This record gives sequence, structure tokens and C-alpha cells, in this order.
Amino acid sequence: MTSRSMTGLLLLLTLVAFLLSLMAGKVWIWPTSWTADNADGWIFVELRLPRALLGLCIGAVLGLSGAVLQGYLRNPLADPTVLGVSASAALGGVLAIFLGINLVPFGLFGCAMVGAGASILLLLAIARGGGPIGFILGGMVLSTLAGALTAFVISIAPNPFAASEIINWLMGALTDRLMEDVFTALPFMVIGALLLLTTGRALDALTLGENGAKSLGVDLFRLQWIIVLGVGLSVGASVAVSGVVGFVGLIVPHLIRTFYGEQPSGILVPSALGGAILTLTADSLVRLIPGPGEMRLGIAMAVLGAPFFLLLLLRYRKGPA
Amino acid sequence: MTLNIQNLAFTHGSAPTLHEINATFEAGRLSVILGPNGAGKSTLLACLAGLLKPNKGIANLGDERIIGMPATSRAKRIGLLPQGAETHWAITAEALVALGRIPHRRGAGPSADDRRAVSAAMRATATEGFAHRPITQLSGGERARVLLARVLAGEPEWILADEPLANLDPGYQLDILDLLRHQARDGKGVVAVLHDLHHAVRFADHVVLLHQGSVFAQGAVDDVITAQNLATVYGIDALLSKDEEGATQLLIKGKMRS
Repeated sequence: MTSRSMTGLLLLLTLVAFLLSLMAGKVWIWPTSWTADNADGWIFVELRLPRALLGLCIGAVLGLSGAVLQGYLRNPLADPTVLGVSASAALGGVLAIFLGINLVPFGLFGCAMVGAGASILLLLAIARGGGPIGFILGGMVLSTLAGALTAFVISIAPNPFAASEIINWLMGALTDRLMEDVFTALPFMVIGALLLLTTGRALDALTLGENGAKSLGVDLFRLQWIIVLGVGLSVGASVAVSGVVGFVGLIVPHLIRTFYGEQPSGILVPSALGGAILTLTADSLVRLIPGPGEMRLGIAMAVLGAPFFLLLLLRYRKGPA
Repeated sequence: MTLNIQNLAFTHGSAPTLHEINATFEAGRLSVILGPNGAGKSTLLACLAGLLKPNKGIANLGDERIIGMPATSRAKRIGLLPQGAETHWAITAEALVALGRIPHRRGAGPSADDRRAVSAAMRATATEGFAHRPITQLSGGERARVLLARVLAGEPEWILADEPLANLDPGYQLDILDLLRHQARDGKGVVAVLHDLHHAVRFADHVVLLHQGSVFAQGAVDDVITAQNLATVYGIDALLSKDEEGATQLLIKGKMRS
């Protein structure tokens, strides 16, 4: 199968997963009642549509960020959390809940974006002129620091209810999001994703190492800026609106590589589509598991993703490669 | 066309330092930079490739300063084969060679020129046979030829090779040297950092011998690679003689006794 027809297939699957996400749940809502003037129509417009749109966008930016970061660091274990952007955005969100700012419109989103923005500025200052190693170490330090501060905030939460609200938010979910959330997060995600999509050729050049890339005229400093801004804006916004949803950025580029080959530029768009498919499908499944309440998307993703990933690794081992 | 360096000095952290380097490299020749570890060979090559900015002095390509050239036009004219044969990701040999076209790429897909240059480079290096194999499955000798093809695919006027023979068996080393010499005969400028003095004696048209960050000697092979110079710079006791065909033969007898 050519890569063009595979991308066509991925687009089709994205559409199917999106439609599934619009319909699936404790109550199935068929397309005939999407515009109906009753409870079903209301659920569709107020609950399902924003949720499906967010799943689509968050999955896409996480998959794309993972592919870009793995290419940049030339390390298949990198994912959007390595830069510390997710952890910093999460810290912002947690502080918002702790201080009650989440009750103000856009308070939680704003605080999380401030957290993401702070991590972007710090990263750029730390990594100035340095190569990927300084960059990733800076990201890890930021990530650890933000994680520790988050744990600190939880530990001083005034009552168990506040602590549980914080922990619940941290685990990542797309429940009860509104169209306003979509419209707030979308511009950041779109700008971030567009920035990341311009990196393909530079990432390809990095296949030859840093000196090889530089000798091909690639400006590594500029590339670093684009990646920090792109990941910061898109992943920051996705954490701000849904909490931390892990695993997509790590696993999706791997899966895509087995079909598309390993050229970094070739897997950017497919990874975005794959991320959207995985997130939408997982988010539909958590709604369908019977029982009270819902499994958190972040947890479901790990529960579903980890065994799948292990299976893939085992098959790799047995294969000729 | 010449690559010309005047009063070039470079200091940075722990990197080997260069002071007051003056050297000229001519197109159409295979020039070799020699010198012991830490003499500044790679640093000099990186300054020539425009990857490092000298603290002082100038490096010119023809009449143009290399530092200050837009990166893409510099990359089109000067191709660098970096040290260490570094590659990541299991892409095919052909895809790797096509990376050499990056400075020329405009639109989304490769142009007819890109395709022609890639296949010409693969033909010149006899790498077409494994064009579709992943580079991770190639032998060291095959990979070295593919990496050189990547530089050739960019159709640069100058080819700078930093230790292109490292970790290669003798047969493969000669393959790469033949290819470099061939490029020089075709009118390109070729500058290679080499470690093996025997190769330098056999293949070089011009030698720059570095010692502790300065040019110790430069010129024709027989003028630069002398027993006296090798004793001073490398601390080795070497015997140079002419064989019956008039070619210079080098025999390294051992370390100099002090």
C-alpha cells in the first residue's frame, strides 16, 4: 500500500472514530436525532459535540508533538511530557483549582496556559544555543519541579474533597466540556500544530546528526524555538482543557512508523491522524464500559495502550528485523 | 575557485584551538589535512564548512566570506561529510542519499533535478544495488559509500570529509579514497581530514600539516611529509623513499626515542 492510500485510510478511520465519539455513550444518539429538539438533541450539541471535537484535536496534537519530539531528539522514547510543558500546565491548573480560580470563567484554562507559557520561556532560556541534550535535561528538571510542586499543592489541600477534585482533574478526561472550551483551546492548538508541521525537513536532516543537519543549511536554533513554541502552545492547551492524557504521544509515532517507515517527515501528519483515532476511540470506549461513573481517559489510555505496546514489542522481537 | 583562509583563529571552551591559520585549497585537487589528535583538524574543517564561526580572521569561498553566506546557499556549495558516520532511523539508502538535496528543495515533493542528482550520486558510488535496503542493514563499507553519495547528491562545488575512513577495512578505505580522488579529477574541490599517513602519501595532491593549532607545513606531499616533519609533529621515526615507479613509500619504524 502506498503511503498516500494509507493516509486516505487513516483519514477515513479518523472520520469513523469521530462519528463513533459523537454517537457512543450510555445513551446512543443516532444522526437522525442530532438536530432534534429534545433531550437527545441537547445531549448531542451540549455534550457530545464538544467532547468529540476536543478528542480529535487533543489526540492530533499529542500524536504530532510526539512524532516531532522523537524526530528532534532522535529517540523513540521521547513524548510530549519530556519538555515539562505538560507538568507545568498541570501545575497551573492545579493551582487554579486550589485557589478557587477555576470557578471564574476560563480561570483554569488561563492558569494552565500561564504554566505552559512559563515552561516555554524557561526552556528557551535554559536551552539557548545548547543542543538537544541541554534541552531535554532542562525539560526533565522542569517536569520534576512542576511535579513536586503539584504534589505539594495536593498535600496542603484544605480538605479531602479539594484534593480529590485536583487529582481527578490531573488524571485527564474529556467529560463535561463545553463548546466554549473548544473555542478557547482551538486557536492555541492550531497555531502550535501548524508550527510543528513545518519541521519535517529539518527533522529529516537531523537523521545525519547535528553537524550533518547544520551542513545542510538547517538552523538548529530556529528549529528549537519552533518546537518549544509548537509543543508548548498545543500540548499546553490540551492539558489546560483535558488534564494530562499520556501515552498517545509515545505510542502513536511507533505504530505509524511500522507502516510508513522511519523517515521523520513522513510520519508527522499520519501521527496526528493516528493520535486523533486513538484518543477518540478510547474516549468512546470509556463511555461504554458499564457501571457507575466513567473510567478517566488518561487511565483508560494507559490500560489500553500499554498491553498493545508490549504486544507490538514482542512481535518486533520475533520478526526478521 | 579556491577556499582561502587568512589569519584564522578559533577558541571555544574545550575545543581544540586554532591560531593564525593561513591556508589555500584549490579546486581540482585532493587536499588532505593531517595532524595528531587535538591538533585542530576537525575544527578547521568545521570553520571551512561554516559550522563554526572563527573568533578572528576570514574563510573565503572564492571572493565570498563563508560566514555570512545564507545557510542554504552555503549548503548548496559546500558539502560536509561529518565525522562518525552518524545516522538515525532505519530509512532506505536512497532516502538517506536524498537528504543531500535538502538545500535545493522547494516544494513538497522532489523535483526532476533532485531525482537525477540522487541517482547520479548513487551510480557514482555504486550504491544503486541496495537503494531500497534500510541503512541499518548495510555493512560499514556500504554505509560509508551511501553517506558519501548523500554529499555528492547535493552537487556541491566543495566536498569536505572529516575522517571518512574511520572504522573501515582497507579495501573500503581505498574505495572511498578513489571516489574522493575521482571527484577532484572532475574539478571539485576536495578537502579530507585523514589519520593514515600512508593514504596521505598515496592520494593527496596537497597537504596541510597541523601541529598544536597552527599550520606546521603545507604544500606538495613530498615537501610536507618528510621524516623531519613527522618526527617533530607526530614523534615518530619514519623512512621515506621512492619506489621504482617514482612513487613515495612510507615506512613507520617506531616512536622517536628521546
